[in-house]
Amino acid sequence: MGEILLLAFLFLIAGVIAVPIASRLGLGSVLGYLIAGIAISPLLTQLHVDVVSIQHFAEFGVVMMLFLVGLELEPRLLWSMRNKLLGLGGLQVIVTGAIVMGIAMALGYGWSIAMAVGMVFALSSTAIVLQTLNEKGLMKSDGGQSSFSVLLFQDIAVIPMLAFVPLLAIPELAELIDHSQGDGHGSGMSLVEGLGTWQHVAVTIAAIAAVVVGGSYLTRPVFRFIAMAKLRELFTAFALMMVVGIALLMTLVGLSPALGTFLAGVVLANSEYRHELESDIGPFKGLLLGLFFITVGAAINFDLLTANLGQIVAMTLGLILIKFLVLLALSYVFKISKGDRWLFSLGLAQAGEFGFVLLAFTVANAVIPAALAAELLLVVTLSMLLTPLLFILYDKLIAPAYAGAQAGDADEIDEDGSIIIAGVGRFGGVINRVLLSAGYKTIVLDHNSEHLERLRAFDIKVFFGDATRPDLLHAAGIENARMLIIAIDDAERATELVRYVVKHHPHIYIVARAVDRHHVYELWAAGCRDIIREHFDSSVRAARSALEALGHHPFDAERQTRAYVANDKVAMRDLADVYDPDVPVHENAAYIERAKIVLASHEDAMLDGTKSFSSRVERGWVPPTLDDEAALIADDALDTKSESSP
Amino acid sequence: MSKLIVYYAHPGHKHSHANKSMVAEARKVDGITFVDLYAEYPRFEIDIDLEQQRLLDHDVILLQFPMFWYSTPALIKEWQDLVLEHGFAYGAGGDKLAGKCLMLAVTAAGQKDAYAEQGYQKHPIRTFLTPLEQTAKLCHMDFSAPYVLYGSLRAPKQGLIASHAAGYRRLLEAIRDDRYDLPAAIHGEVVSCDDLPIREET
Repeated sequence: MGEILLLAFLFLIAGVIAVPIASRLGLGSVLGYLIAGIAISPLLTQLHVDVVSIQHFAEFGVVMMLFLVGLELEPRLLWSMRNKLLGLGGLQVIVTGAIVMGIAMALGYGWSIAMAVGMVFALSSTAIVLQTLNEKGLMKSDGGQSSFSVLLFQDIAVIPMLAFVPLLAIPELAELIDHSQGDGHGSGMSLVEGLGTWQHVAVTIAAIAAVVVGGSYLTRPVFRFIAMAKLRELFTAFALMMVVGIALLMTLVGLSPALGTFLAGVVLANSEYRHELESDIGPFKGLLLGLFFITVGAAINFDLLTANLGQIVAMTLGLILIKFLVLLALSYVFKISKGDRWLFSLGLAQAGEFGFVLLAFTVANAVIPAALAAELLLVVTLSMLLTPLLFILYDKLIAPAYAGAQAGDADEIDEDGSIIIAGVGRFGGVINRVLLSAGYKTIVLDHNSEHLERLRAFDIKVFFGDATRPDLLHAAGIENARMLIIAIDDAERATELVRYVVKHHPHIYIVARAVDRHHVYELWAAGCRDIIREHFDSSVRAARSALEALGHHPFDAERQTRAYVANDKVAMRDLADVYDPDVPVHENAAYIERAKIVLASHEDAMLDGTKSFSSRVERGWVPPTLDDEAALIADDALDTKSESSP
Repeated sequence: MSKLIVYYAHPGHKHSHANKSMVAEARKVDGITFVDLYAEYPRFEIDIDLEQQRLLDHDVILLQFPMFWYSTPALIKEWQDLVLEHGFAYGAGGDKLAGKCLMLAVTAAGQKDAYAEQGYQKHPIRTFLTPLEQTAKLCHMDFSAPYVLYGSLRAPKQGLIASHAAGYRRLLEAIRDDRYDLPAAIHGEVVSCDDLPIREET
């Protein structure tokens, strides 16, 4: 127990100290974690910690990341990416692999070793690249999408590679290897072992179908079931269970867990639970990836590195150069836009975490000798360590050169900013329909399953989730939103929400629903400047109806109610000065005093029609008097006289 | 320096060509007040006190609008009905606007030759604007010749919008800088971007 706590504490403190410093220095979080790992590696060696097995555990962060990426990617979008995915991704793997293989053979290695090395080095680091692209907000750019296509192809390609590696086994090496040693990747369990080819295929297809069908049809009832308990952590538990379950299923049938969860993510991208899932899984992904990067840093074998420093550094730089050139050439073939071309080529120029997996697997299968594998492992690690520096190079030198060309587009992105509506009951529902009818896209959040059911019947798109939770707002894209409409019932939470958004996203325009005038003051104090009292307009209309029914001329009734509204505005402002959010209204003597005066003047004015209130009602359309007519005649006489005199 | 306020009224602003370009130019002129009436009072609830104060604060009041049925868009009429009160603008003690100047900038769909005795509109455009002219007179204000764009529907195709909008900007700047020859304009029929009586800066 104590040991686990010590380990957890070590990893956490290393990350908590190193990452903010690295971010502050503009190095990005990935480099921060890697440095943290290097820093604690002597300690871990002292404690005899098996860093590599922790790394295998932390690789699950990559699986979660792909699930989250899938959530962001609607099936339609994925389909439109198919050319890039197969063309760009496929060519990258084949060309890079072939070149590396050629070089290895030129250096005198056998073809089978050379081929395995080619496969290891063809892969890039999904973890580093996606994390960095997300952090910099570049995922949606041309370069980001192209990078993602290549990474996704690689993640899928790992599976056939793993299947292929045993065929490359060298007999002499195999004899040296203790076959009882596992490869450490949970392949001990399998559903497909011992099955024939067609059975294998059938099981695989069934597993994928289970993910797709389950994601489409099972999530909804299960979520509804869980919502009954009204416990937040149950959603988190379910989300985790789902991701772990899919990963397990994929492992059992010999598919990539990353691919499986990615697929599940895509299936759920259109579901109303998308943001809830995102905000539940997000923190786990972040922590696991952080742990993964720390272990990469901690696993560096410094003795081996210092012994062969020149050779390993040369190999690393050579590898980065080769991958960079291949990617750059492909970016011309696939017409990636200019600035994005550099992002794409520099960003993917490292080897990746699947390289670790493949290396371990090749050693276990007697393809690559252990000594060579140890050196290659260092090359992979070093290239990953250098990646954040390549991104910095892009940020500092290349992006500014193209910034001018892109500055003009900035406004358009603004226009695209989304509108988030929190709460879609009777109040928010009307707002949503009006905005939709005006052609806007809205993101609607509600945590009432009944509302969701009702709206889905009318094909209205709503996301499940509690909008007052910052993580859910984040998942719904509050960073890129231009407007937040708060239409929830709960006054206190609405005020909290205003306070949070005003503080953290001051650029967002907020329209808030207030339950009463006290709530208006609370919302105002919290920073909202567009506040609508929920029953005010309808009450005024009811009053107008009553006046009309009592025989008032409809336009007089209209003017009477307009004047009331105008007066009420003045009264609101009057009382705002004495309102104190820290003192309940019924204990605020000054407020009560002033309210009495304001109310009294209201009533007086309405009754005797003398004071300011009446002047606002009667101001317009009052006919001129006989005095006015006399003045006009006199004026005219004066004019005529002055014109006739010379 | 004259204090100039431009009141713009067009309920179909987004469909407009001429007025939209004119507004874009007007918004670039510093040191004048520009009011989009339909934006300020979308529900026709005009703030009488505010509007009267605005009139008191300015020397030249310019109404910019498209001709609708030989008159102004409805909101300008509502504005007149409410803001130009007796006792303020006219009638007994109503001399608050005396000595100020009222000017119009109008766009008309009909061609120039339509606005003549022989044309299909049967009258020159000034005839249709006499209610506003007389309003100015009753308020003891000068009425300057309107800045007119005829044939506003065809103007975009004929490439006439840009020059009209640029002329509008020069007009507003000249009024602001007291370079606009008001006496000359008062006696004119209408002015266009080609014959603005502007004095060059000395």
